[in-house]
Amino acid sequence: MTAAIASTRLIRFRRGVTLPILLLIAWEVSSRIGLADPRFLPSLEDVAITAKRELVDHDLIGELAFSLMRNIAGFLIGCVAGVAFASLLALSRTADVLITPTFNGLKQISLLAWIPLISVWFGFGEQAKIAFVALAAFIPIVLNTYEGMRNAPADLVEVGRALRFNARQRILRIFLPAAMPSIATGVHLGLIYSWLATVGAEYFLSVGPGIGGLVIAGRERFDMALVMVGVLILGLVGFLFNRFAYALESYLLRWRPQQE
Amino acid sequence: MVTAFFETVIRAGEGTPSPWRKALALGVAGAIFPAVLLLLWWVASDRGWLAEQILPSPVYVYETARDMITSGELPYHAGVSLRRVVTGFAFGAVAGLGLGVAMGLSRRVEEYVKPLFLAFAQIPTLGWIPLLMLLVGIDEALKIIIIAKGALVPMAVNTHAGIRGVSPKYIEVGRALKFSDWQTLRFIVLPGAIPSIFTGIRYGLTHSWTSLVGVELLASSEGLGYLLVWGRQMFWLDTVIVAMIVIGLVGFVMDKGLDRSEILIQRWKREEI
Repeated sequence: MTAAIASTRLIRFRRGVTLPILLLIAWEVSSRIGLADPRFLPSLEDVAITAKRELVDHDLIGELAFSLMRNIAGFLIGCVAGVAFASLLALSRTADVLITPTFNGLKQISLLAWIPLISVWFGFGEQAKIAFVALAAFIPIVLNTYEGMRNAPADLVEVGRALRFNARQRILRIFLPAAMPSIATGVHLGLIYSWLATVGAEYFLSVGPGIGGLVIAGRERFDMALVMVGVLILGLVGFLFNRFAYALESYLLRWRPQQE
Repeated sequence: MVTAFFETVIRAGEGTPSPWRKALALGVAGAIFPAVLLLLWWVASDRGWLAEQILPSPVYVYETARDMITSGELPYHAGVSLRRVVTGFAFGAVAGLGLGVAMGLSRRVEEYVKPLFLAFAQIPTLGWIPLLMLLVGIDEALKIIIIAKGALVPMAVNTHAGIRGVSPKYIEVGRALKFSDWQTLRFIVLPGAIPSIFTGIRYGLTHSWTSLVGVELLASSEGLGYLLVWGRQMFWLDTVIVAMIVIGLVGFVMDKGLDRSEILIQRWKREEI
């Protein structure tokens, strides 16, 4: 039985790596025999050499750290502000009726379209980038937290009323736990969007240290290998964030009965 | 006192039995906040509390919008952007649908393609732009590819999930009725996957629209994103704000339109319940 499972897993693994390996071979061969212009398709070796050069001589880790710091700072600001703002909208009928339509209107504006205004209001420096990242995390977190709190089970809310909970108790004991699955989704989305926004901020606002800046610099110098290294790192970080968010989600929701 | 006033508005909205009056009251209440903001904005710029370079007066923004519409500048740029989105989305959605169906129907295709697809999907759209700029230049092709990629990923993921989510019980029924493969696909798998496919279309369109703004910000000489960059460089914030509003409006209309058509197409589902 276990042998059968192991062999299907092996087959799946073999099938999964087939296409990537074929792709890599096609890449390497075409750059070796001069089928593709090396300026457009540098050989794997070139990419590896560039990666090593950036890592050893040009402080790639430092650039990555800069991007991550920006990302995390903005994300945390957006997170806290988002949960607070959504709680206000979900728990106060007045605020909901007055402000929610405006928020729903403003959220229609595509995220990147905020960059010009943010650059005017916050300058081109670190503040502007963090503000933009925070905005990117803020929107999905508000939407999901609001949704989760509005859908808090009515009987729980009733119990809170019967026990004469004050506002603080109601938020901490009823609404936040009830909204937790939804908030987790929001945080997950916020994490993904904020990484996208970090890259966007580094592209469009001033070029400073950071992975986005690295990619842009590579494009300006027509250094395809450098661009590839940068893009690879962007994807890798996105992937790790995604994994981290899944892990966090299942940890936060471990009390919930497993579905099916 | 102010709160008391709002409370009355809300009560009026809740207390009335007529849904129209309730909607009207809620609409009025929802308009108060933006109206107050607008008033504050107007007063602040009128009194000179805010520099024109930080936030131009709403009157000025309105005049710019009017001028840009009558001169045909705004319709032109919006038209360019819309054409790009429609073309790119069409390519991406069809490719994504095909990929999703193939991965959903065949385990073998799924096992071969999915890991590579997921690896590609991990790289944010913005990451592809500089790479593709070197490969295909900054012409129309770049924009179409980026927009198509924005639509392809959610489309493929949701179609795949939708087909996989079709309950095996229904397929069992089809087998009992001796359905052919085509009949199974047409009458069981596709209808079961439609809600999920629609989610894919919706996310796909949203992603396409965001990708469009991104690619136009980086490399374009026309379109709404270009208006943003141009206005920013010239410090014409009125142009920037007008472009932002149009971007928001178009996004809103597309989303609402899909919402409506989703309801229309899925009428049978509601009737069933």
